[in-house]
Amino acid sequence: MQAPLSPAAADTVAAAVLARHDGRQDQLLPALHALQDAIGFIAPARVPAIARHFNLSRAEVHGVLTFYHHFRAEAPARCRVTLCRAEACRSMGADRLLAHAQRTLGCDLHGRSADGSVSLDPVYCLGQCANAPAMTLDDAVFARVTPARFDALLAHALEADRPAPTHPGGPSFLPEAV
Amino acid sequence: MSVRIYVPCDSAALAVGADAVAAAIVREAARRGLDIDLVRNGTRGLLWLEPLVEVATPAGRAGFGPVDAADVGALFDAGFIDGANTHPLALGPVERIPYLARQQRVTFARIGITDPLSLDDYRAHGGFAGLENALALPAADIVAAVTASGLRGRGGAAFPTGVKWNTVLQAPGADKYVVCNADEGDSGTFADRIVMESDPYMLIEGMAIAALAVGAARGYLYVRSEYPHAIAQLQAAIGQARAAGYLGADVLGSGRTVELEVRKGAGAYICGEETALLESLEGKRGIVRSKPPLPALAGLFGQPTAINNVLSFAAVPLILAKGAGYYRDYGMGRSRGTLPVQLAGNVRRGGLIELAFGATLREILYDYGGGSASGRPIKAVQVGGPLGAYLPESQWDTPLDYEAFADRWAVLGHGGIVVHDDTADMGRLARHAMAFCAAESCGKCTPCRIGATRGVETIDKILDPDAPAPQRERQVTLLRDLCDTMLYGSLCAMGGMTPYPVLSALNHFPQDFSQADMPRPGRL
Repeated sequence: MQAPLSPAAADTVAAAVLARHDGRQDQLLPALHALQDAIGFIAPARVPAIARHFNLSRAEVHGVLTFYHHFRAEAPARCRVTLCRAEACRSMGADRLLAHAQRTLGCDLHGRSADGSVSLDPVYCLGQCANAPAMTLDDAVFARVTPARFDALLAHALEADRPAPTHPGGPSFLPEAV
Repeated sequence: MSVRIYVPCDSAALAVGADAVAAAIVREAARRGLDIDLVRNGTRGLLWLEPLVEVATPAGRAGFGPVDAADVGALFDAGFIDGANTHPLALGPVERIPYLARQQRVTFARIGITDPLSLDDYRAHGGFAGLENALALPAADIVAAVTASGLRGRGGAAFPTGVKWNTVLQAPGADKYVVCNADEGDSGTFADRIVMESDPYMLIEGMAIAALAVGAARGYLYVRSEYPHAIAQLQAAIGQARAAGYLGADVLGSGRTVELEVRKGAGAYICGEETALLESLEGKRGIVRSKPPLPALAGLFGQPTAINNVLSFAAVPLILAKGAGYYRDYGMGRSRGTLPVQLAGNVRRGGLIELAFGATLREILYDYGGGSASGRPIKAVQVGGPLGAYLPESQWDTPLDYEAFADRWAVLGHGGIVVHDDTADMGRLARHAMAFCAAESCGKCTPCRIGATRGVETIDKILDPDAPAPQRERQVTLLRDLCDTMLYGSLCAMGGMTPYPVLSALNHFPQDFSQADMPRPGRL
């Protein structure tokens, strides 16, 4: 998780992001993604500027922002946990994993741990159905998650203040450890 | 001569530690002074074995799995880089593992074998032959080949792909588009993800052929935001394909333009419905459109649009490379070709199984899946995603065929299978289906928007252990009536199919809704 930007810096970044997207409406979702990726969330106060840029009403932009689960109106927690709540994960103990996460973090789904450092949200399918149950920690996906693995992953993320080092892989993977 | 070792980079392997395994192998080889060439391949689809490490030997690729980073030292000690079969994780030649050997890999023939982003690998395994053939054909002949192959949409609705493309080809329009529905949001499905992560050029080639077939110059891949790795792979692959001349303003020197762009979804399940997806691509809320007009006539930006699922596009390169008959000769009845079955949930050997249509559910569950992961009896099997019916054991001899499933008031859909053992509470799962519909409904039509919310409340009243039996029976009658309204009154499959899991759970597992006798009308 990157450090939060100051309000002034966020405004500068937002203006630059919008400038990279022309005003055609089909660029709205790509622009919203870019804004959230750069700043961490899309504050309601930013809606008028977005609406002006795309020649839309504020209601239209608000409608889009609130329709999609992906977009956040508030700064994210330092660690973001999502647990899959869909059928395949349920068949492999997702309910027990959720109960464990709730006990550990002291919050319910859509909530945050007491100190605000960890958010807990549901997700419906991460495509890991054959190795259920699955979760994400920040942007990394984990499968075959047991309560013990959940604790280890969370401890690692909180201690290191960064996601566990297993994602993304692929051809960009370079074994710098050697 | 260095030894080639494969460690998958598909997200199913990454999610269980493949990167750490790859790093450990490189570290251990360096420490021992061994010369290795590490390739990050795609997944074989034997997902219970991930991370599945393979070593190239003169006798073929030897498999080891599932490998944990902590196992790597012992694997070297056991001589695994010479293909020695002595370590407990040794699986022998991967191609001979029965789960894989008994499949009919057609669309997934190359997947897991190659480095997903290597153009050389792709070409060496037959890649781009279909596109090259298509460039030499008039558009109508490409469409005719797809029609003759018998390919039906692999997104679930099973509409004939050639018929759809012909409509787009014949439609008047200044611009035409091809759109790939890669919003695979159903629990128990991951075939699209595997294609995108493990063989992205196949999808790109299929979309390029589709663009040539319908007269489109531009295509979009709408990928769900829950699949960041698939998005990254596709973007990298599109960039390399364009640089090599397979995409862009002059495809392979033909003068034809095909541009492809990845668009990221934003966590709305309904955007897997094709018209909601088009609305989302246009920058709006993903609200379902009324049909007609069909997207083939008035789709993206009001223009004729060929919108297909990932697996539909992915099947096309082979049809153009090897001919329509090659594909059509697989399958049964009107279900031609192969179905990538996705076996998941509470099962010992979950993974991707590509088979000609016609195998039975029981064969999949036991011969491939090996029964439940928990070792307990299997109770219910949901096929076709969260809006698919739950099948009890009496229906497990149903062949995998669109019509055979429809006859049993079930849906084969995209072939996703989720297994539940006897600890599953079907009342809770029925409630989950309604709650999911309530959370994900786009809100345009009343049966879905309000019906799902009322459905949750009604099921809660049925499941209330303190409710007297007559009251519960009244609520069951009400729930059946509500499901009837949703089935026949909803605008799209979201509301129209939520009754499938709910009613199948109620009909086949009434004991999970009440200890009392439940009213069970003959229909449904």
